[in-house]
Amino acid sequence: MSFRPPKDLDEQARQARAKLTAHRDMATWGEKLVPLAAFRQAAARKGLKLAQGDRESAVLAYTAGLDDPTPVEGPYSRIAVFGGIYSNHLALLELLEDAARRGAEAVYCLGDLGAFGPNPEKVRPLMAQGQVLSIQGNYEESLASGREDCNCGYTDPRDNHFAEISYRYTERNCSPEFKAWMGTLPRRRRVRVGERELLLVHGSPRRINEFLFHSTAPVPFLEVLLDQSRCDGLLATHTGLHWHRRLPSGRDVVNVGVIGRPANDGRTNVWYAMIEAREEELGVELVPLAYDHLGLAAEMRSEKLPEEFVETVLTGWWTTCLEILPARERAVSRF
Amino acid sequence: MSLAEITPLSAPRVELKSLDTLWFQVGGTVCNLACTHCFVSCSPTNHTHEMLSLAEVRRYLEEAARLGVREYYFTGGEPFLNPEMEAILAATLEVGPATVLTNGLLLDPGRCARLKALADASDYSLDFRVSLDGWDEASNDPIRGAGTFEKILAGIRNLHAAGLNPVITVTEVCEGAAGDEGKERFFALLRSLGIERPRLKILPVFRIGAEAGRSGAYESWQRLREGEVPDGALDHLQCSSCRMVTDQGVWVCPILVNEPEAKMGETLADTLGDFPLEHPACWTCHVYGVSCRT
Repeated sequence: MSFRPPKDLDEQARQARAKLTAHRDMATWGEKLVPLAAFRQAAARKGLKLAQGDRESAVLAYTAGLDDPTPVEGPYSRIAVFGGIYSNHLALLELLEDAARRGAEAVYCLGDLGAFGPNPEKVRPLMAQGQVLSIQGNYEESLASGREDCNCGYTDPRDNHFAEISYRYTERNCSPEFKAWMGTLPRRRRVRVGERELLLVHGSPRRINEFLFHSTAPVPFLEVLLDQSRCDGLLATHTGLHWHRRLPSGRDVVNVGVIGRPANDGRTNVWYAMIEAREEELGVELVPLAYDHLGLAAEMRSEKLPEEFVETVLTGWWTTCLEILPARERAVSRF
Repeated sequence: MSLAEITPLSAPRVELKSLDTLWFQVGGTVCNLACTHCFVSCSPTNHTHEMLSLAEVRRYLEEAARLGVREYYFTGGEPFLNPEMEAILAATLEVGPATVLTNGLLLDPGRCARLKALADASDYSLDFRVSLDGWDEASNDPIRGAGTFEKILAGIRNLHAAGLNPVITVTEVCEGAAGDEGKERFFALLRSLGIERPRLKILPVFRIGAEAGRSGAYESWQRLREGEVPDGALDHLQCSSCRMVTDQGVWVCPILVNEPEAKMGETLADTLGDFPLEHPACWTCHVYGVSCRT
């Protein structure tokens, strides 16, 4: 065994000074220190330097629209669009009545029929009765394919813990027929409202579980996303929070919110969207929807669902799925 | 076995699926600290990369908007050593959400109040990550420097007092940080500062830069080889959706800025192609599922 004398403090101070000044006129290149000029010259030689015309072509190729064989439904002059039922059959019942009262010619659901709430099978006859046209959310995709988890896209252990409780409960309480039916739903729909062709997706056109929050879905990003998706408007859900952004190009992006649980704003109502054809623009109305939330809370308790979920239904504040919220949305959140 | 037989196969190439995240090495490699584990070896005298000016950042923001970039991250060195940093954030928040990775030393109450005003004035999120490498002086200061623990905590307090709740970023150099007990110690520390909703991100260590000197460089087997990475696995690598801008051009990712080989071009349009995952740090990203994003 070799003996190493303890370093004295002067030695440590000398090393600290050496570290601070090590880079004078030197650069780190991988694991070596090299003269600064050598690094810069090497860096200057590396990488592509496309001609201006080629740069332009590269950008155009990147932002170009992609072919999408999805058939176009409609045209309609007025539709109701909602997301995230989360087994909230009481809100679904209210929604179907409200949408009919407002003259919706068709009712579209953007997926996530189950999760969070009680007795997922109760949703199914209401969907049929209301002739709801749905796409798959990550829940349907997971349940139909026998996935072990909901693929919600959470990263925090506590969020995942509650997501797992939801998923296990829903998985246990859905019949094989219901799950198989979920697998037959399309991933996206294209719907004509007036002159405009709208793309309906769960998360985003790119991923079923991509979160489009208001504060992290900036205008330039959405413009390119709509160019690539070749549509005049985009309707999505998945985040649980509703918003509408009209782009400088005149196109609209709407997160229709969810009817399964309130929007983390201290109110017990839920939200959906009415979309209508107007002369100059697309009419977008985000509609607050009251429902028998006390009844839902009672049913959730009798199903022994987590009290944290019940609290959200009763107070309008989220107690779970909080870590996915961007800074701005989290700042106005109670928890 | 002949040498030819054990020569590794070529590295897999990762395609840019979409340019969602644009990083700026806004502080260059200049830092008011010289942490022992810094994978870019930043220090007060390291000018490998210089700071970016507001004009340079604006030029890239314009190009990024055309490409539909989703979010912007700022790092260094220490971003707040850049005298134009607040103006850069204001310009960025006009086009998208921004996150700043800082060591927390320059977050005085006045600056924090101005940052809160910037956050409130934008439609988009402004977020902060403050680096901390221990739950007390004894664990943090040997890594980040003498006296830094108290200064970092002061910066976190100032952000919190201004109404900004940063994510605390801890590397696995802090022993036990990644375990439940370790995380709980950080949460308890943050709660003791009055932060009711503590946020934490744990990052694995990249054995490059100063860290290679501290814990040893990569072994020769720690490389990605074509055919060994399952289909679809590369989509999770951040280089499939990010690029990094420094004063010397556009690099593939925030980790490899000290490798000239990882420079991809001068403009973003030059860098929309694929990239070979030849570097051992690519192995860390793949094996540990690292993302530098929050």
